[in-house]
Amino acid sequence: MGTGSSQGIRTARLDTGEYAENFAELHPALSDNLAAVEADRCFFCYDAPCTIACPTSIDIPMFIRKIAVGNRKGAARTIIDSNILGGMCARVCPVETLCEQACVHIAQGNEAVKIGQLQRYATDSIIDDGAEMFTRPEATGKKIAMVGAGPASLACAHNLACEGHEITIFEARSKPGGLNEYGLAAYKTTSDFAQAEVEFVLAVGGIEIRYDTVLGRDITLAELSENYDAVFIGIGLAETSKLGIEGEDLAGIGDAIDYIAVLRQSDDLSSLPVGDNVVVIGGGMTAIDIAVQSKKLGAENVTIAYRRGPEQMGASKYEQDLALTNGVTIKHWVQPVKAIGDTAVSSLELERTRYDDNGKLVGTGEKLTIPADQLFRAIGQKFSSAPIENAGIEMKWGRISVDESCKTSLANVWAGGDCVAGGEDLTVAAVNDGNVAARSISEFLKTGGAS
Amino acid sequence: MADLKNDFIGIKSPNPFWLASAPPTDKAYNVERAFEAGWGGVVWKTLGEAGPPVVNVNGPRYGAWHDGNRRLMGFNNIELITDRSLEVNLAEITQVKKNWPDRAVVVSIMVPCDERSWKSILPLVEETGADGIELNFGCPHGMSERGMGAAVGQVPEYVGMVAEWCKQHSSLPVIVKLTPNITDIRQPARAAFKGGADAVSLINTINSIIGVDLDAMAPAPHVDGKGSHGGYCGPAVKPIALSMVSEIARDKETYRKPISAIGGIQTWRDAAEFMALGAGNVQVCTAVMTYGFKIVEEMIDGMSRWMDEKGYNTVDDFIGMAVPNVVNWEHLNLNYIAKAKINQETCIKCGRCHIACEDTSHQAITSSLNGEPHYEVRDEDCVGCNLCVNVCPVKDCITLEQMTEGKDPRTGIPISGEYANWTTHPNNPNVK
Ligand SMILES: Cc1cc2nc3c(=O)[nH]c(=O)nc-3n(C[C@H](O)[C@H](O)[C@H](O)COP(=O)(O)OP(=O)(O)OC[C@H]3O[C@@H](n4cnc5c(N)ncnc54)[C@H](O)[C@@H]3O)c2cc1C
Ligand SMILES: Cc1cc2nc3c(=O)[nH]c(=O)nc-3n(C[C@H](O)[C@H](O)[C@H](O)COP(=O)(O)O)c2cc1C
Ligand code: SF4
Repeated sequence: MGTGSSQGIRTARLDTGEYAENFAELHPALSDNLAAVEADRCFFCYDAPCTIACPTSIDIPMFIRKIAVGNRKGAARTIIDSNILGGMCARVCPVETLCEQACVHIAQGNEAVKIGQLQRYATDSIIDDGAEMFTRPEATGKKIAMVGAGPASLACAHNLACEGHEITIFEARSKPGGLNEYGLAAYKTTSDFAQAEVEFVLAVGGIEIRYDTVLGRDITLAELSENYDAVFIGIGLAETSKLGIEGEDLAGIGDAIDYIAVLRQSDDLSSLPVGDNVVVIGGGMTAIDIAVQSKKLGAENVTIAYRRGPEQMGASKYEQDLALTNGVTIKHWVQPVKAIGDTAVSSLELERTRYDDNGKLVGTGEKLTIPADQLFRAIGQKFSSAPIENAGIEMKWGRISVDESCKTSLANVWAGGDCVAGGEDLTVAAVNDGNVAARSISEFLKTGGAS
Repeated sequence: MADLKNDFIGIKSPNPFWLASAPPTDKAYNVERAFEAGWGGVVWKTLGEAGPPVVNVNGPRYGAWHDGNRRLMGFNNIELITDRSLEVNLAEITQVKKNWPDRAVVVSIMVPCDERSWKSILPLVEETGADGIELNFGCPHGMSERGMGAAVGQVPEYVGMVAEWCKQHSSLPVIVKLTPNITDIRQPARAAFKGGADAVSLINTINSIIGVDLDAMAPAPHVDGKGSHGGYCGPAVKPIALSMVSEIARDKETYRKPISAIGGIQTWRDAAEFMALGAGNVQVCTAVMTYGFKIVEEMIDGMSRWMDEKGYNTVDDFIGMAVPNVVNWEHLNLNYIAKAKINQETCIKCGRCHIACEDTSHQAITSSLNGEPHYEVRDEDCVGCNLCVNVCPVKDCITLEQMTEGKDPRTGIPISGEYANWTTHPNNPNVK
């Protein structure tokens, strides 16, 4: 025990049972009884604020009413009619800032109806019913290419497949799902749910995924746009931001999302090395996820260093509390200055920060050094424009620029999810972009697809 | 997907879910919204005779009984029939029926109990293009004091007489709406069919006072310090309505006669229960007054899913299926022995089953084992009454399980697979 850094980064800090316990599901499934009790709390509000707050506008009071009367599959139908990935969203949506935040119970001083958990209860009942739930009309003969098999493309593809169009998704990795498979925290989605849900989506038919195919390397946007009636780009964010500090190349320093991707694919958590003193730089969902997961892997001390205060963190209060109850320390108003160590990092020099009179964040000059044998960058991802270099697509704020129907500046090309400008960088927002683009593409194809 | 199409006494609607005659059907505006939401039909708010319409109180006309979650369980009203003029209503009915030819539009009528009154209003209603008429013999307040509504409905001869006038002076199908404020619901039902009615609908509201304001010392809610009894409806009345519907459905004289069921229906399941007990379709009032028209979406989805699951293709496949299983007490199998079983895994040890049985029933449930709380049924004392099942706060924790072999430990009598009821029981003084 203790805080000594002598042992450094190592694997197998816990025994098998501890790993299993630590990575058990954050919110286990509701029992029938709990679901019934919770569903009864819903007031069936008119023009329900929860529905308005949901990016995919799920008819929440209707699905909860269906649960209340014992129509669980009907409830699931209501959900997936608006959000085909309703099962994953039920698990990973920050409901405390979305639907549940808006629940009228809160205004009354009560706890919000547990919408996320009820949604999970409903959707769990149909995860194997993908094939029978959707029928495809006669093939239209229209072909649509999609790039990236993340939530945005999957939602878009499902909508259009249901209309009889034929979809080909080109995916760089060897597995579908995007960050559902490689990014979300392991304790939010267990039992390979991400793949089960992709199968549910694909069961409708008419969607082919070509793996290990990289836009910009194996295919170009010009080819796709030429050979298909329409194209949808949902490639997410492929680059991470660097800290830009001295010593950043030392061993022990890496990107949180790379580590999480390895963790999500690992079938032996004891093989994942963690340090005695893990430091995470950042304040968003990724920072919380890597911090909590490091702790769950047995890291001795985990500290999130964030340059502003709790209110400014991208992570919600709920997520901050989740980190704190898992034993993570959150240090506010500090920024990294220098990583210190010989070949591997051993400590991190931080500088205190504050807002100056003009509201600009500045360093105060006061320094402090904390032990750090493992340092994770979680200060956000960036869009990599390499795959669409020279495609002539209009950009905005470093991402793809789209209009309110997710249409890009190119004649038959749409884009959505994290790769477009102005998004919320949430699974549910990506799904909604997929829905919106699908409607627009559908209209476009109906009018002959003439550009 | 199951087919919800409904044919009730020749009146067709896309589903068996109608709105009952009440405020939700008082105006074209409401009815149009209801049809947009998916309701299969409406019974228009009761029309009165031509001339100045009735007036309602200008204070509270509704009261309610809520559960702890403030869910509305029972609803009470002192509203009268429509307070809009006959001409306006007839014009709106005509237009609505024109706009919605595939939906059922039935017109509820209540006029004084003389042939001239009925004869003069019937042609006007028929002209609207409506699909049928419903005779409101049910309203328990305000109108009955004027010799209409329940005052007629409580006298079977009057019911039959008015039904006859209506069949005579109108070609439209006639539904007689019954009041539950009567001892034997079969009497007015028989009279209605004898008079030629095509169907009966029930129940209208039940006489009630929702509560008493102990500060004002007046019924709650009150109008300027005074209250009046009103009509009770909503989820709380469903069991009463179910029983009354079943009484008519299995009565020899009215067996298989069309019934439109009303009373506390909120969900597809409530509707299916009434239909299983013989109702050809259902009508809803309080549930939409509580939640809005949108609930029909759940009713349509829930019923068709359930029908798919059960393999029913049309609603006619299950209408009346439970009727043969409603019998008089003396025909229940007295050789059927059941004992309560408490699931120790799900028992939360609240002790309510014990105290209910101990204080008020058969002292058949233990309260401790080795000094620890422990609730277990003693088969030798359990009469299988179901009280513990009903008071247990945990669903499915206590169940009644049939004994199929051995002896009943309470009576020592061997379990017999044979059916035997009171009519042949040795203790029955009538058995000789
Ligand atoms: C660590 C982490 C935790 C998160 N936690 C949550 C959470 O709890 N809740 C929440 O709502 N959101 C969360 N998010 C955000 C959420 O995961 C994303 O907003 C969402 O996945 C975006 O979907 P997308 O379809 O736009 O992109 P992605 O999910 O990123 O999918 C993009 C796909 O495109 C493929 N691709 C990329 N480049 C190419 C190319 N050149 N050619 C072909 N294919 C390519 C990728 O391999 C990937 O499969 C988290 C994100 C991260 C990083
Ligand atoms: C406010 C109110 C007004 C009603 N007015 C009428 C009416 O004018 N004519 C009528 O036949 N029934 C009237 N009823 C009775 C309903 O049509 C219905 O029979 C009763 O409410 C039971 O159904 P429920 O439990 O679904 O509400 C009224 C009920 C309510 C609550
Ligand atoms: S806001 Fe809350 S109570 Fe209202 S419909 Fe949504 S979940 Fe139900």
